[in-house]
Parts: sequence; C-alpha cells; structure tokens
Amino acid sequence: MMYNFAIDPLLTGKVLWTPLLIVLLKVVVVFAVGLVATMLMVWFERKVIAGMQNRIGPNKAGPFGILQTLADGIKLFFKEDLIPERSDRFVFKLAPYLAFVPAFLTFAIIPLGGDFRGDNDGLVTWFGQQTRVQLADPPIGILFALAISSIAIYGIMLAGWSSGSKYPLLGSVRASAQMVSYEAALGLSVAAVVLVSGTLSTSGIVARQSSLGNWNVIVTGIVPFFIFMIAATAELNRPPFDLVEAEQELVGGFNTEYASLRFALFYLAEFMNTVTMSALIVTLFFGGPQPISVGSLTVDIPIIGNAFEGTIWLLLKVLVFLYIYVWFRATLPRFRYDQLMDLGWKVLIPASLGWFILLAAQRVGQDAGWDRYVVTIATVLILLVCYSLLALAQRTSENERKRDGVMF
Amino acid sequence: MTLLGDRQQLSYIASQAADARVNLELETEGMTLNIGPQHPATHGTLRIIARLDGEQVVWVDPSCGYMHRGYEKLTEVRTYPQVTALVNRIDWLGSFANEVPFILAAEKLMGIEAPLRAQHIRTILFELSRIANVSLFLGDLGVQLGAITPVFMAFRDREYVLNLIEGATGGRFHPNFDRIGGLKDDLPAGWLDETRTVMKKLRRFCDEIEDLLFGNEIFQSRTRGIGVIPRDIALQYGMSGANLRASGVDWDLRRDQSLPMAWDKVDWKVWTHPDGDSFARCWVRLQEVRESTRIVEQLVDTIPAGPVMTKVPRIIKVPEGEAWVCTENPLGEMGYYVVSQGDLGPFRVKIRSASFNNMSITPWLLKGVYVPDIVTILASLYFILGDIDR
Amino acid sequence: MGLFVFVCAAAMVLVGAVGVVTRNNPVHAALSLVLTLFGIAVLFVANNAHFLAAVQVIVYAGAIVVLFLFVIMLLGVDQAEDLSLEPLTVQRPLALVVSIGVTGVIIAAVLKSQDALFARGTGIDSATLQDADANIRQLSRSIFTDYVFAFEVTSVLLLIAVVGTVVMSRRQHGQHVEESV
Repeated sequence: MMYNFAIDPLLTGKVLWTPLLIVLLKVVVVFAVGLVATMLMVWFERKVIAGMQNRIGPNKAGPFGILQTLADGIKLFFKEDLIPERSDRFVFKLAPYLAFVPAFLTFAIIPLGGDFRGDNDGLVTWFGQQTRVQLADPPIGILFALAISSIAIYGIMLAGWSSGSKYPLLGSVRASAQMVSYEAALGLSVAAVVLVSGTLSTSGIVARQSSLGNWNVIVTGIVPFFIFMIAATAELNRPPFDLVEAEQELVGGFNTEYASLRFALFYLAEFMNTVTMSALIVTLFFGGPQPISVGSLTVDIPIIGNAFEGTIWLLLKVLVFLYIYVWFRATLPRFRYDQLMDLGWKVLIPASLGWFILLAAQRVGQDAGWDRYVVTIATVLILLVCYSLLALAQRTSENERKRDGVMF
Repeated sequence: MTLLGDRQQLSYIASQAADARVNLELETEGMTLNIGPQHPATHGTLRIIARLDGEQVVWVDPSCGYMHRGYEKLTEVRTYPQVTALVNRIDWLGSFANEVPFILAAEKLMGIEAPLRAQHIRTILFELSRIANVSLFLGDLGVQLGAITPVFMAFRDREYVLNLIEGATGGRFHPNFDRIGGLKDDLPAGWLDETRTVMKKLRRFCDEIEDLLFGNEIFQSRTRGIGVIPRDIALQYGMSGANLRASGVDWDLRRDQSLPMAWDKVDWKVWTHPDGDSFARCWVRLQEVRESTRIVEQLVDTIPAGPVMTKVPRIIKVPEGEAWVCTENPLGEMGYYVVSQGDLGPFRVKIRSASFNNMSITPWLLKGVYVPDIVTILASLYFILGDIDR
Repeated sequence: MGLFVFVCAAAMVLVGAVGVVTRNNPVHAALSLVLTLFGIAVLFVANNAHFLAAVQVIVYAGAIVVLFLFVIMLLGVDQAEDLSLEPLTVQRPLALVVSIGVTGVIIAAVLKSQDALFARGTGIDSATLQDADANIRQLSRSIFTDYVFAFEVTSVLLLIAVVGTVVMSRRQHGQHVEESV
C-alpha cells in the first residue's frame, strides 16, 4: 500500500536514504527556525512597543538586547516549578504541551521559500532531489492549519480549568467561546481563498499568486483578508481580543497559576502562534515567497539565488504583519466579552458568508457563461435582502431583551 | 422583591464562606469572585466581593480598610504644623491639595489669612497637583481598558508637572510646603516661565489623549452607557467632584464657596456632562485638566509681589473652637473638621475624603454589569486607596 | 508500515474509548474522547481520506468536544462523581444486558462476513491517488447528488434543534427575571 501523505516529488517512489535525510533535516530546520523566530518576535515586540511608548525596551542582553528572550527563558527554566494544591495535576501538566505543540505544527505546511517564478512551481533541487522548501505539503494543506488552530484551544482551556482557581477558569471559559466563534469566520474567509485558487494545498495557493494582480488579497476582493486578519487576531488572543488574559480583569488569565517552564511554554506558544499566523496570512493572501511583480516586471533581489530569495520575500512580508500585530497591541483598548461575540457572530460570520456566496456566484456565472454584471447585481440584491432580514431579526431580539430586562 | 432579598442574603453568606477559603466553588447558581485586595485593577488594596452569575454581577460589596493608617487618630498626637506631613499621604497623587484645607481650617480658627502672593502660589500648586493627579488618571484609564500606551504618555507629561512641584517645594510627591499663615518659601527664579511652557505641554497631552483614547471606537463602546449614575442617585450617595459633575450637577467648591484662595480672580469654566456614564466621568476630568492649565497660566501672569508669610507666633497654638473647611480636590470634595481646645495640636480631626464617598455607590452601580465593566466603572469613578482608607 | 500505523491508531481509539467510560471526572472523559477522535483521524489518513481526517479534527475535536468541555466547565459538573450512588436503579443491569447484546451482534457480524474481510479489493487507482482533490470532489458529489435530501434534512433537523433550545432557554430566563424582580 502506498502512502501519499504529500504531493512533494521527494516522497513519491521508494523510501531512500537521501530523501529521508532531507526530511529529517527539514524537521530540524523548521523547529529551529520556529524557536529562533519566536525568540526574535518577543524581542521585536518589546523593542517596537517600547519605541511607541517613549521607552528604550530591552537593551542589556546582547546587541540591542536581542538575547533578552534567551535570558528570560533561562531564568524561567531555573524557577521553581509550582503546582497548585487544588489543581488537577495530570491535566495541569499536560496543558502547556497542548498549547505548545500545535503552535509548531502549523509551521510545517507553510512554504518557507523556493522559486515560484515561471514554471518552477516552487521546486528546488537539494542533493540531487527535487523538493519543496516546506516541511510537508499535504493535499489538504490549509485544512490542516485550520484543524491545528482548532486544537490549540485545548491548551488554554484545560490550563484554566485545571488550575483550580477562579480567574483562570473565567479566562478559559472565555477562551473556548471566543475561539470556537472566530473559527467559523476564519474558515469561511479561507474558503474564499480556496475557491479562487481551486486547491487546498498551500504550495498550490502560493503558486497561483504569481503577480501583484493575482494576489489573493485582490482576487478575493480584500474583504476575506480583513475578516481573516480580525479573526486571526481573535484566534491568537492578541489585543484588542486578549480577553483570555485580560490583566486588569482576570489577573493573568488562564496562565495565572503557571510558573517556571510551563509558563514559558505558554508564552512561547503565544508568540509562535503570532509568527505562524502572520506567515499563514502571507501565504494565503500575499503570495508567500513569491516576489513582488507587476505584469512582466519583477522586483528581483540581485546576487541572491532565486530559491533563497523566496525566503527573504516571505520574511519581509511576515515582518509587516508582525509589526501590525505589535501596533495593535500598542494602540487598541480591549473589547468586552459580549462585544467580541457580537462582532464575531453578527458582523464577521455573515460578512464572510455573504462574500463567499458572492464569489461563488461569480464563479458559477463564469462557468455557465452568464453575464457578469447581471450575476453580481442579482447576488448583491439577494444578499441585501438576507442582510435586512438578519438585521430585522437582531432588532427584534434586542427589543425583546430590553423588554425582559436580560442581557443575553 | 422578597426573593431578591433572600438571594442577597444567600450570596452574602456564600461570600463570607469564601473569605475563609478562596476556592473554586462553581455552581450553576454562580460564584463568588474576590477581586482584590491584590489585583491589578484595584489600584492598591481595595477588595471587591462580587457574586457572579456567569459573567454578570449579581451582588457586590466593596471591602475597604486594608490600608487604613489611622490618620484621624494620629493627628491628635501631632502639633498643627506636623499634621501636614501626615495628610500629604491621603491622596498621594495630588498631595499638596490635601494640605490646603487643613491649613485653611487652622487659619480660620486662628483668624489669620495668608498674604495675597501666598494665596496665589497655593492655588497654583493646588492646580498643579490636580493636573499631576488627573493626567495620570487619563493614562491609567487606557491601561484599565487594555490600551497600554496612554499611561506612558501620562507618566512622561506628569513628570514635567512633578518637576515643577519639586522645583518650588523640594518634594516631588509629598511637598509638605503649606504653612499656617502662608508658605514655607517663595518661588525659585525662572519657575514661572517654566510653568508656562509646561502648561502648553500638558494641553498638548490632553489633545493627544482625546485623539488617541477618547476618539477610539472601542474605548467609546466600552465606556458609553456603562455605569450610568443618574443625577439624583449621585446626590443621594454623596458623590462629589468630577463624578458628580458628570451626572449633570453643576457643583464645584472652587467656585461655589469663598475661600482665601485665588480661584475667584481668574476666568475658568466648570464642565458638566448630562450622561452620567463612565465616558462622561472621564471626559469631565479631561476638561478639568485643560481648565486647570488655564487657571495656572492666568495666575502665573497675575501673581502679585509681596511676602509669602504673615506674622504668626513661633509656637502655634490654635484657639479653642471648631472649624470645617472643604475644597474641591482632584478626587472631589475633601474637608477637615478640626476641633481645637487651644493646645499645640488638634483635639479631634474628622477627615472627609472624596474617594470614600465616591466608592460607596459601587454596590448600587455594579449590580448587573459584566465582569470587565467592573474594571471600567471602578477606573472611571477614580479612587485612590489612600483616599479611601485614611 | 501500514500495520504499524493501524496498530498505533487503533490503540489510541481503544484507550480513549475505554477512558471515556471509566474515568470518573467528566473532563478527563472528554479528553479521552479527543484521543479516540484523533485515532480515528489517523486511521482516515492511513486510508488516504485526508479530507475526512481534517474534518474529523476540525469539527469533532475542535468544536464539539470543546463545547462539551465548555458546558462542563460552565455548569460546574467537573467534580468526580460518586459512583456508588445510583439515580436509576435498573440502569446498571440493563446496561450490562445491552452491552452483551451489542458485543454479540458485532462478533456475529464479523464471523458472518469474515470472507469479505480477507478479500482484497482493487483499492484506489493511482490516478485518483495522484489527484490531490479527488477526495473532496468525490465526497461533495455524493453529498450534493445522491444524498442531497438526507443532507438537507439533517441540516434542517440541526437548525430546529438549535432554535428549539434557544426558545426553551429564553423563556426560562424570562420567567426567572420576573420572579426575582
């Protein structure tokens, strides 16, 4: 029986030593890159946010304080490992790993480089073997990312519950509700991307975004990107959606009772997730490792080989989004729990669903050869009717709630 | 009605049980959450016992006294000039303003009045401490809502004001500068010019905060319509200061009573807001900082020359009698009822501090709100722990 | 290799399933359920049903069990229960009878069809295997053609359940408020 985990040409055919070694090498490299990226992300965030707040930020450990995270990590490593008496010991110990492992798993499917120009299709030749610069390229690629992000809830949820304390419990209850609600909006905006790319594989999605006009952010009409960005911020529990660890309300949120290395794992997972999510946004909407090109004009970085250039492009694009996340944190106040739910269920999900239907109708119209404008206008009209029905329903329920004097 | 009473009693018993063992006792009925005494949102050691149903507050009891220092009793074993060093620490962010009403009360009993220049300087320092206090509030407001940047801007600009206070009095936080009959010293050279520039900076800070925080959609949705205190309720609970003015009551002791201070000599406005919600309270405070900068600027321009100290005996003995003096402090009405029996120190002093009364509304106000709103409302009520527990 | 994956996944499924029934603490039971679901997802992958595996994880592990846990935490039934108490007196003997019956039926079915179990089918042709999206195409085609009626009826059923729950819980909430005011 043949196992076709990936459509990577490296893995077709018999099991040989060179491909196996290449895969192992990739695993090690991806893990190392993930760790280093997280370390730098923590430093980056602290430094940038310090700049925004008239502070200096870390500047003692290493040049520009770049080793600060390492120092913090070492400190946490040697701290006493506390387990609260009332905690559920097994789950309490398990939870950090449940948060940490998914954070790294998503990194496996992100195309980290390679040359997608012309007919290259992102393939590179290493040690005489053709392969992709990504750990795995399963045919369900992007669904894998969604699956992993839905697993990531467990770490936070169980951490809060198993601590046997009230603030973490409140944090974890919020977390589970928040992440389940935003998963839907996230999935629907990914569906729009899948619809226009016609494939679920991440490398396939990247390969179809060859020039600036082909980037999914433009092809899908920018709305799914915004929805994905907002929903991703909520998934990451970053400001303005950081209710899970709202310091002023819930002390430390779900990780209040954690100390030492277990806390470090949560901390690492959080920043790792930020890096992965930024990389995912770039992959889905901004062409991943593709260089910026308009028509036949391509911005080429001289000297560096095309295959490695992809990595640089990816890095640059990811940096933009990391900066945006830091910017959010420095700027925005936090939403309230019910406002967050309102935004998720009443705005993001209907909007992403409506936009998805619009795109799907365009697609069907294109296949059937209908007039494009007629299709668009008809869909928009139908969606408007649906939206007004929804708004009516919402208003009725609001009035009823007011009459009953209840908040839910 | 009766059911609610029972429920209140039940939740009270449950919260008492939770005192002994702060533990997880989550039932379908709800749970008791102890917010504080050590909690990031309580500015110190206020404890809020909240009975929750889901994330909604059913019943709440503020429990204060964790930082009680017994100042009223301590004043009885101090001489009059020594008391100012104590009362400095009541509202520690606007400490000079705490000294003034006590000194005024003592002066009233002695029948003396500070020279005109001293009155001007007192008013300037009073308003500077208000600016220092409320500008930190404006920054802290952001932190309570999860926006961390404004507080750093507040610290940056408050520093200028603290430098001014330090330049004039020698103390940044606790000046202990006010004396019966005047002030300890005159202003240093060049201080007035520096004050003018700092006031411009502070007005720019107010504009920044208004843009960045008050203009933010999330901020508005978190504060507008949240924690509404109607006019009559505010009056019933004895609220004062910006909390009262935000409920639409046009009441300001600086304007409404005549004290030997310089407020009546300058042109300024008392701001009120009709809404009574958290946003209104914050907005009124923002406007007050602006007005304070205007007051300071005008006083700096019109400050008269002359001595800063009248003739007082070397050993101050206050004649027998009782006096009540209150002023409009940064947090609200603050007053001292001083009873003297003709000794070196007061026989009895009753301190009326603003935060204690302002906090007393919380059981009424927090009923039915969400847990995150507890934080917003407490932040907008703006209390300082030292001002609650004296 | 195939056998190894199967044994591992089957062990996960079984350990999880046993855990669901034997753990006293509902949260632990829910976690065991997650283990089972993961095992099933691995089995799906081993049979080249990648899409089903992903959906299994997203829907069951990522949403449904999370909601289970949410309810468990919110209602505070997360303490281990005393198993010596029995709310319904007949339920344990009844459960024994039913489980013996089900085991018997399964064993009978396996014995009856053992020839078919050892017969090797043609498997999936390599063209389908090479096509990354064949899975999804096949699945959606059968859902939206042959089984479209069942599919739609199921969704309507779920919708009715949701609406019903909301209506019932809302009315209770309203009464509650009236009582307490």
